[in-house]
Amino acid sequence: MTNALEVEGLAVGFGRRQVLRGLSFSVPAGGSLAVIGPNGSGKTVLFRALIGSLPHQGEVRWAPATRIGYVPQKLDVERDLPLTGWDFVAAKAAVVRASQVEARHALELVRLPEEAVASPVGALSGGQFQRLLLAAALVGRPNALLFDEPTSGVDEPGEERLYQVIHRLQVSEGLTLLFISHELNVVFRFAANVLCLGQDPPCYGPPEEILTPRRIAEVYGEPMGYHHH
Amino acid sequence: MDWSGLALSVGMAAAAGLVGSFAVMRRMSLASDALSHVALPGIGLALAFHLNPVLGGMAALLAGTLLVFGLERRTGIATETIVGVVFSLALAVGSLLASGEELVDALLGAPGRTGAWELLLGLLGSAAVVTFVLVERNRLVLSLVSADIARTSGVRVARLELAYLVAFALTVALGLRYLGVLLMGSLTIIPAATGKRLARSLGGMLAISSACAVASTLVGEALAGRLHRPTGPLVIAVAAAVFLASVPIRRAR
Repeated sequence: MTNALEVEGLAVGFGRRQVLRGLSFSVPAGGSLAVIGPNGSGKTVLFRALIGSLPHQGEVRWAPATRIGYVPQKLDVERDLPLTGWDFVAAKAAVVRASQVEARHALELVRLPEEAVASPVGALSGGQFQRLLLAAALVGRPNALLFDEPTSGVDEPGEERLYQVIHRLQVSEGLTLLFISHELNVVFRFAANVLCLGQDPPCYGPPEEILTPRRIAEVYGEPMGYHHH
Repeated sequence: MDWSGLALSVGMAAAAGLVGSFAVMRRMSLASDALSHVALPGIGLALAFHLNPVLGGMAALLAGTLLVFGLERRTGIATETIVGVVFSLALAVGSLLASGEELVDALLGAPGRTGAWELLLGLLGSAAVVTFVLVERNRLVLSLVSADIARTSGVRVARLELAYLVAFALTVALGLRYLGVLLMGSLTIIPAATGKRLARSLGGMLAISSACAVASTLVGEALAGRLHRPTGPLVIAVAAAVFLASVPIRRAR
């Protein structure tokens, strides 16, 4: 299987603080990688380096013709910004030259209610806003999705549904998925491999190997509960 | 006022309303108002060398814009801070270069008869800014919500930012002769602030903002003729009155 993404010796630092160093991993096309680690371990920094938003050392190679959909973790949007959900998704569609039909379809996939689509983005709940961001990311038929999950905002059943939507797209469209999650249950169910940051060296492998109670305690510095479905 | 002057001020106001919408949505109201003052030293220099003051102002605006853009990217200091410093410096240098009545005209505007080439350049400039905002509005929206989303959608964010700043500088330059250094920034910001208050969608914001800018300009113009008062301050007073009137109105939900 060819790789959708190959990362070699990736290092990112801010001034004297080195957040990521010597990071190497690859994600096969259509595969799914979960990135876990405690706060401040550089998960979002890794994603931003992967999309070319942060200066970095080392190699980040995406397969040719990769179209990335990116769902950021948190955005600072003013409550009274005169921009509706539809304005935003339609803007994405126009920029990537996708049709409005496709934009509507993406909104249906994430099950964002019509009144939320017509509301100003600042008035949406955390969960609705995240679904809007996911819908926008899916417009333009991406073949790689980077999903930075918020620590809060989406209620658990809602979150489960979002991952099921993404999972279906993986199966039907061969979407490559990279996601950051704090929910180890989600990681178990939807990731083929796990990369845990915050340890030197970072650990990498299938969830059954990585998500052992001992390892989790090492990564997070304390025991964390999860149920293996 | 002659027809050509009227066409020029309507074009300038429409450009100001559109470009100002994004300035207000990007929370750079104060920065962009201050940026307009950077024109002053250019006007001062042009007057000292007997050149067209608008061209001098435009050159200074472009230089100031590039300086702000470059410093922001190199140093990572907030735009607001850089604009604040560059603005103060520009105002100080400009006041040293121009003096007396010239300075008052440069600050508050002094509409006179418009030459044919000035009309042509003004209309072309307005058309360029209006076209830029309308064509690039989707890219501007994406980068306004998240530069990272814009980047992954194929938007060259830095280039777009620079183009936007240049469009802003051009808009200010278009109104320099008419409204002056101090007031032109206000015509980009106040109608857009009204638009933000009343609109709930992007289309509404752009429409209300440019309509308010054009209407304030026309009403200010008419009042100036009747009251025998300078046009610029009246235009801004009308725009501000419309904004204040919009404050109690809740936007339609």
